[in-house]
Amino acid sequence: MSGINDFAFKMATVNGTGSASANSLLMQAIFRMGVPVTGKNLFPSNIQGLPTVYEIRVSKDGYTARPHEVDLVVALNPATYAKDVASVRPGGYLLYDSSWPLEPELVREGITILGVPFGKLCVEHFQGDRDRTLLRNIVYAGALAALLDLDIALIGRMLVQKFSKKPRLLDANNTAIRLGYDYARAHYECPLPFHLERMDATSDFIIIDGNTAAALGAVFAGATVGAWYPITPSTSLMEAFTMFCRQYRTEPGTGLARYCILQAEDELSAAGIAIGAGWAGARSFTNTSGPGISLMQEFIGLAYYTEIPTVVFDIQRTGPSTGMPTRTQQADLLSLAYASHGDTKHIVLFPCSPEECFYLSVTAFDLADRFQTPVFVASDLDIGMNDWMCKRLQWDDSFQPDRGKVLDADDLATVKRFSRYFTEDDDGVAPRTLPGVHPAGAYFVRGSGHDKHGQYTEDSDAYQEVVDRLRHKFATAAHSVPPPEFINGDAGADIGIVTIGGCRAAVLEAIDRLRAKGINADYMRIKAFPFGPQVRAFLDAHAKVFVVEQNRDAQLRTLLTAETGFPRDAMTPVLDYGGMPLTAQIVVNAVATQVQQVPA
Amino acid sequence: MTSIAKPPIRHPGLKTNSLGLTPRDYEGVMSTLCAGCGHDSVTAALVQSMWELAIPPHRAAKMSGIGCSSKTTAYFMKQSHGFNSVHGRMPSVASGANAANRALTYIGVSGDGDSLSIGLGQLCHAIRRNVRMLYVIENNGVYGLTKGQFSASADIGSTSKKGDANVQPPIDPVLLALTLGATFVARGFSGDKAQLIPILKAGLSHNGLALVDVISPCVTFNDHEGSTKSYAFTREHEVEIAAADFVPLRREITIPASDTTVQVVQMHDGSTVRFRRLEDGYDPTNRDLAYAHVRACQARGEMATGLLFIDENGADMHAVAKTVDTPLAELPFETLCPGQTALQALMEKYR
Repeated sequence: MSGINDFAFKMATVNGTGSASANSLLMQAIFRMGVPVTGKNLFPSNIQGLPTVYEIRVSKDGYTARPHEVDLVVALNPATYAKDVASVRPGGYLLYDSSWPLEPELVREGITILGVPFGKLCVEHFQGDRDRTLLRNIVYAGALAALLDLDIALIGRMLVQKFSKKPRLLDANNTAIRLGYDYARAHYECPLPFHLERMDATSDFIIIDGNTAAALGAVFAGATVGAWYPITPSTSLMEAFTMFCRQYRTEPGTGLARYCILQAEDELSAAGIAIGAGWAGARSFTNTSGPGISLMQEFIGLAYYTEIPTVVFDIQRTGPSTGMPTRTQQADLLSLAYASHGDTKHIVLFPCSPEECFYLSVTAFDLADRFQTPVFVASDLDIGMNDWMCKRLQWDDSFQPDRGKVLDADDLATVKRFSRYFTEDDDGVAPRTLPGVHPAGAYFVRGSGHDKHGQYTEDSDAYQEVVDRLRHKFATAAHSVPPPEFINGDAGADIGIVTIGGCRAAVLEAIDRLRAKGINADYMRIKAFPFGPQVRAFLDAHAKVFVVEQNRDAQLRTLLTAETGFPRDAMTPVLDYGGMPLTAQIVVNAVATQVQQVPA
Repeated sequence: MTSIAKPPIRHPGLKTNSLGLTPRDYEGVMSTLCAGCGHDSVTAALVQSMWELAIPPHRAAKMSGIGCSSKTTAYFMKQSHGFNSVHGRMPSVASGANAANRALTYIGVSGDGDSLSIGLGQLCHAIRRNVRMLYVIENNGVYGLTKGQFSASADIGSTSKKGDANVQPPIDPVLLALTLGATFVARGFSGDKAQLIPILKAGLSHNGLALVDVISPCVTFNDHEGSTKSYAFTREHEVEIAAADFVPLRREITIPASDTTVQVVQMHDGSTVRFRRLEDGYDPTNRDLAYAHVRACQARGEMATGLLFIDENGADMHAVAKTVDTPLAELPFETLCPGQTALQALMEKYR
């Protein structure tokens, strides 16, 4: 790494001081220069005063995983100086606030230290503590623009867009950008050896986070009832749903809402509302994170057993318990797959990016209706809250939602006896009825033991007939869920790398880097549970299988063994669970070490 | 919750309502509760109320949690969808169902364990949300299905069948509902159907959540001497504060202008509730007075019954959410999906 359009830098600041807008301005500007870019916001679970880091990776080759090391650090938080300086690659750069003498902590051999008096410039040019604090971020953005050769005119236009209705702020921001830009150019050789050059590699792309994209998917899928309880990192999903509904679901003329969003008193209630709405015929969903999933277990079992569709978005964060709410992980895999007591199994979809959050959100609503069961979408904090560069989302206007088997009034008028849980269909899905449609469709939903007619039972055979059909229905679903993504290396690769969700970016980059080392690997990314037959086939076809995932206990590997029968010890886990987005380096090291028996 | 179907015998003399249905058409499967259970009387009152209001059975939905009370939703209106959910969580399921289809009549049946212990939070928030539904609490102060433990509504000093006295203060759903801003609060007694039926009918027509606490003695575990939720104790201590009569929209109301003991409250759908004041100065539209009266009765060792408070001007869940009149579940997909053109326009904002 490190060259034209191929480098990474990070801003180490204090949260609550306004650095987020400067950071997104930088990322946006790079994107608009046509250069592929990714931003990772590594923020604390706090409102104000704790260390926060924003990493921006520029990659002409389009790699979007978190960088292993950075070429430049903007160190603006004395509390983390030592750590921040240590994270600069040898030969890299440190940009610090030279309003004050250089702290000994910031001194390091082998890197170049650049000082810009951000604080002093702000004191000289702006009034009031608030402006001085906020604009300091824009001054460092200006300095970076000079050092990295960011198009300063482009930034000017972006500021005009952003502050078109706030002339005072526009002036201040313009001044701040110029202060940093001019100071850097006057004092240092600009640009640095690694810097930006215009490309044309982003015109088909957008920058979006996964929660926004998932919410948009729910709107396009026709979801009308959303129930939730605020929890990081899933909150922004319902906020986005609310925003899109106001925009797209307000009835012309009356201004009334074609949606109902209920903020519940807790996650139990949120799940209950979603399930009640699903039962009554609306497309419904709830969004939560690990602790909420724990609380929803009872209701999930009810919906599974009574066969009620709904969608649950789990934006995974670092567990167990409260864990690290603003750090990412994929550690809910097992608790989603088998959520609730008793014999339960659930359809789970695993998006790898915001783009897939959109499409799999739509798929989730269709699968829930088709199989009359709760469907999970297992995203995570990295996908959900970070800005990713994605292909523009597309919609096929001929799409019609698959509402599954629902008997209408005409069907019911001719039915002799409606038996809710009986079917002779191969897919094991029994037709359902909605309340309010026809007297003949009435039945009694009960989480207690029931027979195929929906009547209470304590009879072994009558009970088993229903739960056996549920098992069969689940097996059918394995053929209907999205198949894995496969990318084959050169013919005859005997290494297979299996991964899931947002690990995709790092794994694909790692495979490229391994190939450069002469190590050839095939790739399979699990997109859904239950597993289709292709999953076992891939495992069988490779002599050496690695399973890359972000949890401590190799949960995906456990699922693979439990559900495909493939021997556990024939799969080498590659585990990363510290809460940060995965880097390619971790995968490269793990695979190369195993394959060559020497450290990479 | 075994299910025993009732034999489909029709008495030729049975009266029909405006839909041509008899009270039998509003019944469900045979009750499996203990003989003499107060809950069966509540079920009978619900059957009578629904029949009198001529609510099409398939346009009603019966919601419940877990417990003896929650079982009763199987014992009425077999042509209605029923949802026996999980313990204490009926209010959220009812909220979701109502969100999806606002056009149905929702009847929630719960108990003191279901609503005042495990589901207290859900009850409170359903009241705050003002979900349009009839919410009946069949209150007997005891857990029946697990054989006689005190519930959260057991009075201090009330003794269990085994003789232990309850020492924890009770939760009174009526006082609770009044403080939470409930827009319809009533208390009845399963042994007084004549009082209960007009209350249930008014509750079914209420524009919001109608909470009806019904003292419904448990003949097996809480009907002994020393219990404050027994038939005998309730009969002795019940004090009717305001006798309510529900007048459906289609019936002409004639009250002599001179009769100052009658107060008329207009319901949202045009029907009316007439109150005959039994106590001096009682005003069922005044929340503070209602609260004070219920407390004063308690202080005297009495139990206030009747339709205690009503506010027909409260905004229900849908009014707050400003949802369209058409049930959300019935909106055509075309009115929900923005489509490709809108999506591409939106994509420009993410550039």
